[in-house]
Order: sequence, then C-alpha cells, then structure tokens
Amino acid sequence: MSDTSLLTTPLDSLHRSLGAKMVPFAGYAMPVQYPLGVLGEHLHTRKSAGLFDVSHMGQALLEGDNVAALLETLVPGDIQGLGLGRTRYSVFTNDQGGILDDLMISKLSDNQLFLVVNAACKDADFAHIQAKIGGKVTLTILADRALLALQGPKAAAVMAKLAPGAETQKFMSIADYPVAGIPCRVTRSGYTGEDGYEISVDAANAEKLAQALLAEDGVAPIGLGARDSLRLEAGLCLYGSDIDTTTTPVEANLSWIIGKRRREQGGFPGAEAILGQLSAGAPRLRVGIKPDGRAPARAHTEITDVDGTPLGEITSGGFGPSADGPVAMGYVPRGFAVPGMPVKLVVRGKALDAHVALLPFVPHSYYKG
Amino acid sequence: MSMYFTKDHEWISVEGSVGTVGITDYAQKALGDIVYAEVPEKGRKVTKGGDAAVVESVKAASEVYSPVSGTVTAGNDALAGQPALVNESPEGDGWFFKLELSNPAELEELMDRAAYDDYVAGLE
Repeated sequence: MSDTSLLTTPLDSLHRSLGAKMVPFAGYAMPVQYPLGVLGEHLHTRKSAGLFDVSHMGQALLEGDNVAALLETLVPGDIQGLGLGRTRYSVFTNDQGGILDDLMISKLSDNQLFLVVNAACKDADFAHIQAKIGGKVTLTILADRALLALQGPKAAAVMAKLAPGAETQKFMSIADYPVAGIPCRVTRSGYTGEDGYEISVDAANAEKLAQALLAEDGVAPIGLGARDSLRLEAGLCLYGSDIDTTTTPVEANLSWIIGKRRREQGGFPGAEAILGQLSAGAPRLRVGIKPDGRAPARAHTEITDVDGTPLGEITSGGFGPSADGPVAMGYVPRGFAVPGMPVKLVVRGKALDAHVALLPFVPHSYYKG
Repeated sequence: MSMYFTKDHEWISVEGSVGTVGITDYAQKALGDIVYAEVPEKGRKVTKGGDAAVVESVKAASEVYSPVSGTVTAGNDALAGQPALVNESPEGDGWFFKLELSNPAELEELMDRAAYDDYVAGLE
C-alpha cells in the first residue's frame, strides 16, 4: 500500500522497519500502531515509556519586539506574563469566540516565542498569524524539524541517562540541550497525562535520536491509536473533535487558559462572546461521560437525558485500556454538567445508561519538582 | 461439518441445519485488540449479509454480518466478559452466535477455506 500524495515524517523508514501499520493522518503517512497493538502500547506508556513521532505537527518561531503582546491579539492566554523558558497551552480564537486551533507557546526570550500547532491546522494557523500580525513580527516555519514525544513514568529516567539534568526540568518548561549528544529543544509536556517530554530535533538527526531513545530499557514505539486513547483518558481535547470553530474555550471547559489580565482587558478575537460566557455561564459544557456498561460510545453518539430529550453529542469516545472500560467526552447543557448526572447514550438505536464524570478518567502524573 | 467464509471475513461452520458464526483470524488481526462484543439474542431473525453482531477494538466499532439467513439459537455470552476470546480463538471459543438456517442453499454462495485464503492473499 502506498499513496504518493501523502507526506512522510523523517522517521518514516524507521516506522516501517519497526513493523508499523501506516495510515493517512492530516496529509501524512503516520504509524497508527506497531506490532504490540493499540491496547499494549497504551498500557506500556502508562507503566513504562512510549516514544511517539509527532513530526507532522507544525513548529514555528515567532520573533520581534513586543511579540508576546502581538500574539495576545490572537489568543486569550496571558503570554506577556509567560516566564522565560516556560510553556503554556492556548488556543487561537475567531471573532465569534470559536477555536481555530489549540497550540503550545514557549518563551525562548523576550522577543522570541516557539509555537507548536496541530498538523491539520498548521497551514491555516501560519496564514492566520501572517495575515494578522505578520507585518510586525517574523514568523519562521520550522519545516525541517522533527518532533518526538517520550511519555510515561520511566521517561525521566531515560532522559536522565541521555541528557543528565533533564529529569529535573520543570513541567511546562522549555530548554535547549543535547540528548544523546544531539542538539535538541525540549519541553516537559505531553498529550498522555503522564510525565514526559516533547523533543524538537533537526530532521536529519531525528532517526538517530529515536534510535537512541528506543535503545533504552522500557522504551517502546507508540502509534496514533494509543496516543488517542491515552489523551482521551487524560481528558485532553482533540482539535476537530472536542474543540473547533463552533466551540468556545468556555464551553470546552478550558476557561483556565484565559489569563486574569485578559479577562479584565480582553483584546483577543471573540473576547465579547467569551467574556460574556465567563460571566453569565456558557450554555453548554464539555464534560466526561462514563458509559455504565461495557459498550463504547464513539464520537457523534447522541446524548439524551433519562427521558430521551436530546442534550448533545459525544465528541470523543472509545475504550480506555487503563480505565478498563468505555470512556468518552461530549457537550451537555450547563445544568447537566454535574458529575454523577445520569444521561443516556444512543448506541446503535439503543439508549444505554451513562453518567457525567469528572475528567480526567486516569489521574495526571505530571512532574511536580 | 463444513466451514464457509464471506468476503466480509465471517465464517460459518454448519452441522445439519445449525450454523455457528464468527469472524476470521484475518479479521481479528485487522481489528486488533477486541474490547467489546455484542451478540444477538436467541430468537432474533437475521438475514444473509444483514447486521447480526458488533465487535469493537480500541480504535473502532465494526458490524458482524450474518453469512446466511436464519433464526439465532444462541449468542456466545462468554464474549461479554472476555471479548479477547475473539483474538485468542477466532474460529473456536471466540464464536459469536449459532443460528438455525432458513435457506441452506445460501451456503453455496460462500467461499470454502481454500477460496477464502486466496481471497485474503489478494488483499495483502
């Protein structure tokens, strides 16, 4: 099977040599699973360490005087308040308060930010930045960089061997240092709920770095299948499923990303709608949904109240290997966004019992040092 | 006992007028780890090629179609607690349901094992 229209990451031949099943994702040929399988890869990441290729994501530098203030005109986060060497999760909003993409923003220096955005949105995101603030800042798309994620309870010990000191890097911070002798830009962050690192590396060195990490005890390659089940259990949003242009950060239960100063001053796209929802309450909220039985409820499953009145729909759902049962997220009216609230899920025509649940389904284990 | 196969990767083994239905080894491998299976209730009428059962991996849900028409005489209740039986023993303990065939002539439209193996080889 080959599709010549698909882009490949610098680790493409490594994936194939490891026996990965490759699938099209956001225009790239990506590994959905390796011979270990989605279930095994998921559980391995939670108990040991998993290596993910996320090179399809967009990396960029944003540079210039007042770059933080200028980026704040596109996102509701407090970027001016971001400390040197710190990383923050945020979203690009549109004028209606909807979410154009979610992203990670790291402060390299007073006039230099490092951005990581979603693969499927990167072209639009970079065009958006260029159109809105391109005249005042310099956007450099780092297309020649790969991105690897090392996630799991053993990630820190593995990094300590290949980059002594990495084990005490703060959660949500960024630093440049060699890993296995290879120059890297490393954030302590991830998309699994586990402790871990996201490592930006020159494409030419990506395979060498991946091989060095995979050679360490307890590190296994993990595909997109387990990446999805891990982030779902961790209650983390998938752009295009749980958040999109029709959901505001408040509805998505991401109000925590809106800085205090931004709440007072506004000045980001959709501020009127978003700040209005912050004070009056959003009409609906993203919540965890736990089916009471064993049947998974997939995305777009209808959520109703116990009498069958439609409430909303599941936006992400499946089987949680660590939760050992089905888990899901979806939107319900604010009055139903109460843990324990019973609801029904219409799966293959049958109304199955479920209830609103606290997120995450599996506790986060971030580094607290 | 004769075994027949569908292009949708179900098998049916027939003894007299009763058939046992499951999914093939190829199908379980393609699906990956099975985490949920839903089997039809006794007495349910199923039609050839129609929805009969559901099998779900971590990634996705798939329908299991009935290879022939008939009336379900039993579902494999063991799958509710141990869906992984489908991975471990797709043509054995991982069976989905048994049915009383209403039109045994439908079996003639299915493949035998040799033909199915050729069919699968052509997919890879």
